[in-house]
Amino acid sequence: MGAQAQGEGATNMTEAIGIVAAMLSLGTPLVIAGTGEAVLERTGVLNIGIEGMMLAGAFAGFFVCHATGNPWFGIGAAVGTGILLAMVSSILVLGYAVDQVVVGTGINLFSLGATGSLFVAQFGETGRLVSVQTVPKVGGVWALNPLMLIAVCLVLGAWFILKKTNWGLAARATGESPEATSAAGFSPIRIRTQAFLFAGATAGLAGSYLSLAQTNSFAENMTAGRGFVVIAAVTFGRWMPVGASFACLFIALAYGMQFFSKAKDLPVPYQLFDALPYMLALAVLWGVGGGSAAPAKLGIPYRRNQE
Amino acid sequence: MTRLALWIAVPLGLIAIIAVLLALFGLPVAESMELIFQGAFGDKFGIHRTIVKSTPLVLVALGLVIAWRAGVFNIGGEGQLITGSICGATLFQLAPNLPGPLLNLLILASCALGGSLFAGIAAWMYAKRGVNVVLSTILLNFVALSLLSFVVRGPLQEPTRSIPQTATLPNEVMFMRLDAQSDLHAGVFVALFACTIVWIWLSFAPSGFKLRLVGSNPNAARSARINPTRVQARALLLSGALCGLAGGVEFVGVSGYLSDGFSPGWGFLAIPVALIGGLHPIGVLPAGLYFGALVAGSKNLEAFGKGSSALVFAMQGVGVLAFAALYEWARRRRERVQPT
Repeated sequence: MGAQAQGEGATNMTEAIGIVAAMLSLGTPLVIAGTGEAVLERTGVLNIGIEGMMLAGAFAGFFVCHATGNPWFGIGAAVGTGILLAMVSSILVLGYAVDQVVVGTGINLFSLGATGSLFVAQFGETGRLVSVQTVPKVGGVWALNPLMLIAVCLVLGAWFILKKTNWGLAARATGESPEATSAAGFSPIRIRTQAFLFAGATAGLAGSYLSLAQTNSFAENMTAGRGFVVIAAVTFGRWMPVGASFACLFIALAYGMQFFSKAKDLPVPYQLFDALPYMLALAVLWGVGGGSAAPAKLGIPYRRNQE
Repeated sequence: MTRLALWIAVPLGLIAIIAVLLALFGLPVAESMELIFQGAFGDKFGIHRTIVKSTPLVLVALGLVIAWRAGVFNIGGEGQLITGSICGATLFQLAPNLPGPLLNLLILASCALGGSLFAGIAAWMYAKRGVNVVLSTILLNFVALSLLSFVVRGPLQEPTRSIPQTATLPNEVMFMRLDAQSDLHAGVFVALFACTIVWIWLSFAPSGFKLRLVGSNPNAARSARINPTRVQARALLLSGALCGLAGGVEFVGVSGYLSDGFSPGWGFLAIPVALIGGLHPIGVLPAGLYFGALVAGSKNLEAFGKGSSALVFAMQGVGVLAFAALYEWARRRRERVQPT
């Protein structure tokens, strides 16, 4: 009897480790993308196109890894793709003052279509499973990988830069009043562009995590709204990298529940768990509301020659 | 001058985007474009297919126009379309024996109601807590997709319970077919009628004016004692109703049942339609026809050429980016020509 209880305890322990490991594994791409989004939103730009940048990163990572056999080349390509899309976005959003939601939507549609058709063009049909080499895993049951370390460094680095450097101060000021930043001798456009490129790089990296670490393949629309969930998490984290990361891990638990529910055969429709991360994100948005902690100029374009 | 330039630049630009993207994806440009054109306008079937595909695009885009003109970015057309259709299918499940034409109307009405209620969640979150409508409507899309996946395997599954889809509507409930050989159905008139009504309403009715005022200058609206949030929340409800109606028209016009693949993304495809239509209730007609043709034509390309129909999304994405920049450029030119 004692042995049985002990066995049960061990199972519970394994399960608990499994859940935490799943949270870390599923949360890492959200944390990576969330860091970039938090920095960018702090400067006053809302990047709806984060979803498309992640998806393009996932495909670029997968594709280059498939071609070269080395996942690190894939990750490099994903970061490059994210930066490229961020460059296009920033030219339109910052240079031409095109509405940020419109540009983001354009990026999302483009990425969805481009990755879908390129996959079909290269591999014949939608839904075909093409496996590639993934980044190495360490840590046994914890299933850690080097990208998690990169994620932690990114979060701490972003926190340090935002809070402790002149650039960070200027960036935060740009989100509140670009006119003031401009008067202080900084260029709000340049600061927002830099933040945009950083956000693009992190979104691309996060995308490659999905195709090269979390799974070992690419599927059409494989981000499935994770980018939007990240935006909600950044709101929940009060536009701070560390806070956003915890919010991302919290929502990652909901993603973990999907696997858990399928394994456990619960008497609840599995679609409820599929919808859980999004409902959680909505609940989080409801909880924090519009809020006064938001950067005052979030989503509002800045025109250089405003008279 | 600028306006004329736009009238010429828009269609030419749209064709150029197709050509550039085809070349970019390594497809034979001339051959693929001919396949797209053949699929969309080549014969009677092509033209009918184009009109059928344009109908939901126009209706959803019209809904988006209403919300966006009021200054609320409704990106949740897809979710509202799906939940609307679920309400329509629920009504059929509850009262399958009503006379055909009446049931047809009731299904359309409940689809519109369902879409409106679903948009109401976002409107409520916005009015009560100031939650960003872009985010809430996007996230609700995913909830709606899960809901659809659940109902076609659960409460609304067809009686034999073998395939994940709802019961098929009998013919007398469906829209009249305008041609015995093709899918062309009477729902196209619903879209035309809706566009006309919304155009008249937005242009001439006091409430339509209020809506545009709130969208273009909320501060002016506030000083005229109009509550912008209330007007925007109502616009969102109306927007959802039109998106739900689009689902209903597709339901009683084409498919007759719901399944996972009920919407190939009409709600997302309609966003560029609304934008390139200049956020104008009549402008969405040519824009909807163009993208309807592209959807119809890309099916032909997929069947006989090498491309994939996902290409349409890529073309739309580039279209949105290019035309947003173009309109911004035109706006600046106008402002420079007529300083106010």
